[in-house]
Amino acid sequence: MQLDTPNLSYIQMLSDGDEEFETSMIAILKRELPVEKEAFVQSIQNKNYKNSAELVHKIKHKISILGLEKSYEFAVSFEEALKNDDSSGYDTFMRILQNMEDFLTKI
Amino acid sequence: MKCIIVDDEAAARAITRQLCKKIEELVIEEEFDNAIDAIKYLNSETVDLIFLDIHMPTFSGFDFIQTLKNPPQIILTTSDKNFALDAFEYDCVVDYLVKPITPERFAKAVERMKDRTAPAKTEEPVLTSSDDTASIGNDLYVNIDRRLVKINIPDICVIEAKGDYIKIKAEDKNYIVHSTLKKIEEKLPNSLFLKVHRSYIINTTKIVDIEDNSVLIKQDVIPVSRANKKELMQRLNLL
Repeated sequence: MQLDTPNLSYIQMLSDGDEEFETSMIAILKRELPVEKEAFVQSIQNKNYKNSAELVHKIKHKISILGLEKSYEFAVSFEEALKNDDSSGYDTFMRILQNMEDFLTKI
Repeated sequence: MKCIIVDDEAAARAITRQLCKKIEELVIEEEFDNAIDAIKYLNSETVDLIFLDIHMPTFSGFDFIQTLKNPPQIILTTSDKNFALDAFEYDCVVDYLVKPITPERFAKAVERMKDRTAPAKTEEPVLTSSDDTASIGNDLYVNIDRRLVKINIPDICVIEAKGDYIKIKAEDKNYIVHSTLKKIEEKLPNSLFLKVHRSYIINTTKIVDIEDNSVLIKQDVIPVSRANKKELMQRLNLL
């Protein structure tokens, strides 16, 4: 799957020029995403796919916040697959998370 | 209007808070990252509106609603579209917002909430859903989970708009159907049914009593808008 490019359009639309909100949102994403990614990797390693699906559910909101429509669609189907113990989308999902982390590091 | 936000995700709480800032009447009193703390708060405080995430670990939004004896109005927020039907089983649920929430959709949900508490308004609703109802004679067939379920029209007491769904309250059972008040109104006989409010159609034969701007049907108090009250009064056999 070709990854889409993260953007801040949604955050900027909500902020309406409120820089404090933008800074706070980005700080939350920078703080929470690595923690959730770590928990997800751990959960997959433990083959706890139900918990992994819960974590994907949580992360997918952040995917949508960064305007990643294609990645979001993938996350929706990956969450469902994990509920059926199918973790075959793991590598693609990890690429999506890396894509988000790279973007958040640069801004 | 006093509100609280209940969501385990910090980003989601920040977004809801920001959306509330755009609507003057809304005052965020507190935020909670879990349902238990919100329940403790509500044991001693009252609020007008709760923005509630459905998908929370340990104690879900639905679990939370069930613990409330007199729930205030609730706007559900979720990343999952699949809970919509369950959501509207609760009378306190005003609307169902799918994340990422846009300011326009958020404002519409708050308007719906205000309409419920201010029954005198008369604007026409925005209707966008597909029709999942059909009627034959005295029967109305509604599409529920890909099955056409028959409802005896005279048994219908009240129909309430619930976002993109309608709730049909009949004598013995309630039904949630993906349709609009406008569409079901076209399937019902005018002699029995009257739209008394932008969110309600009633069966006028089921009225128990009328008081000011509301009617009592079974146990439900239904608001009557000022514009519709005249027609309602004309239909009644007044002494």
